Amino acid sequence: MNALAQDEGSQNLATYNFAYLDEQTKRMIRRAILKGIAVPGYQVPFASREMPMPYGWGTGGVQVTAAIIGPDDVLKVIDQGADDTTNAVSIRAFFAKTAGVATTTATPDATIIQTRHRIPETPLTQGQVLVYQVPIPEPLRFLEPRETETRKMHALEEYGLMHVKLYEDIARNGHIATTYAYPVKVEGRYVMDPSPTPKFDNPKMHQSEALQLFGAGREKRIYAIPPHTEVVSLDFEDHPFEIQHFDQPCAMCGAVEVYLDEVVLDDKGGRMFVCSDTHHCESRQADGHRGALLGESPGAGDDAGAEKEAIR
Amino acid sequence: MSHSDTLEALAAAGIAAPVKPLLSVEGLTRVYGKRIGCADVSFDLWPGEVLAIVGESGSGKTTLLNCISSRLTPTCGTVHYRMRDGATADIYKMAEAERRYLMRTDWGFVHQNPIDGLRMTVSAGANVGERLMAVGNRHYGNIRNTAIEWLSRVEIDEDRVDDQPRTFSGGMRQRLQIARNLVTEPRLVFMDEPTGGLDVSVQARLLDLLRGLVSDLGLAVIVVTHDLAVARLLSDRMIVMKEGRVIEAGLTDRVLDDPRAPYTQLLVSSILQV
Repeated sequence: MNALAQDEGSQNLATYNFAYLDEQTKRMIRRAILKGIAVPGYQVPFASREMPMPYGWGTGGVQVTAAIIGPDDVLKVIDQGADDTTNAVSIRAFFAKTAGVATTTATPDATIIQTRHRIPETPLTQGQVLVYQVPIPEPLRFLEPRETETRKMHALEEYGLMHVKLYEDIARNGHIATTYAYPVKVEGRYVMDPSPTPKFDNPKMHQSEALQLFGAGREKRIYAIPPHTEVVSLDFEDHPFEIQHFDQPCAMCGAVEVYLDEVVLDDKGGRMFVCSDTHHCESRQADGHRGALLGESPGAGDDAGAEKEAIR
Repeated sequence: MSHSDTLEALAAAGIAAPVKPLLSVEGLTRVYGKRIGCADVSFDLWPGEVLAIVGESGSGKTTLLNCISSRLTPTCGTVHYRMRDGATADIYKMAEAERRYLMRTDWGFVHQNPIDGLRMTVSAGANVGERLMAVGNRHYGNIRNTAIEWLSRVEIDEDRVDDQPRTFSGGMRQRLQIARNLVTEPRLVFMDEPTGGLDVSVQARLLDLLRGLVSDLGLAVIVVTHDLAVARLLSDRMIVMKEGRVIEAGLTDRVLDDPRAPYTQLLVSSILQV
């Protein structure tokens, strides 16, 4: 790996190590990842480095990816499900440049998928690694501001407070109104923040075949869910956990039971719902699935497609 | 009168006396560097008994209360507590998880300032329900009904259950704090100046309520106060502190009507006669 990195490095990137981070730092991050895998859901502190991007843009996820990526890996990066947004494109280009790895937008082809706030619709398989970018890793943070106290609460399994938040949701809205960053309990022990993914994706974390790693760069925490781990969303007996449901299929590919984004089309109240997972949507369209806005008329499809491109 | 004498007297009167005290404090001392917080305090508290700790500001009342309630580690001395299963445990030798569990189930702590004891940004119902959820209750309807029941017991209207405590008056906040502590039916409640900062008519209603709850539930209470009227109304027995030490202890009526230590005499004679 190093030999390869140096070969390439001598040509165009003389100052970078393979995948940007130095080997000592990668070792340190790998140790944190191993500890995280050994204690599912536990937030492992690590010495987060400055990365060539601002905090909040995925510095944690990038460091985790840099620590686990090898020359044979194929990388996919998504931002809220999309492969073609600024953040996703930049991070993919970053690793293409600093590690020389192959990149892809196809979920099944990727060995490492770095994600901001979505889990792909295509089920992940054994051997794949999903790397989450996490802004605030502590699920209890907004209820208990003291870090010393939240760590003690995790240590002693005092999670009553998490239900106070859900209680308050029901008292105010009549139902659990938390729609993203919905707290989960991992392997019956640690309560964990699944990063701000929509709660639609929570069931996908349960007994996943892929390894899930979470990196929070600013907060300097790494945590993990190993494959085939129990992940349960918290709820009340009389208000069970539910995912979002959409009353119409994707306007582009006609998919149902997927997470949809609302896209405003004009200033007259026109709007459409499309898959947030762009690869899923595009591969369905390639397979001949047609949504309402693609319809029979090719012109209608082109318009909607252009609209979508402009908005993304 | 020694304990054995008390027990004999009770037995003679046909009352089944508890075999062991609920709480047993021995030689409790807390020093802050060279200064004394409280020194060599010992007493027993029996089930259902209300004990008042009185004294002027800075006499070590709150330090003592915090040491007993495991909120502040004492420099030396022991606090033994008889658990629900009858076994007596040293609260400072327990595992922290066990101690914290005890604090939120079998004990209650009513702060002088309700802001310290309440979550001001969640509803009254969630405040009362927090302890229930902490011990594993996961049924929203049941938690809410219990909360409403407790609100009515402390004279807060049912329709305030979804309001945040910051919209409550001082007296209501204090009553809410009491409901929040009593919902798990603790056996021992600590109170630090529960009526401080309230006007006299609200104080009187709160004291009335407390007296009712204490006798209904058979609570043992340790109440810290500088207000001798509160001590007289609420407590069976009292301890007078000065400069961190206990200078007098005895039945409340005896201490207030026939104070022996010169300082207690001064304290009792300082009550404003209207």
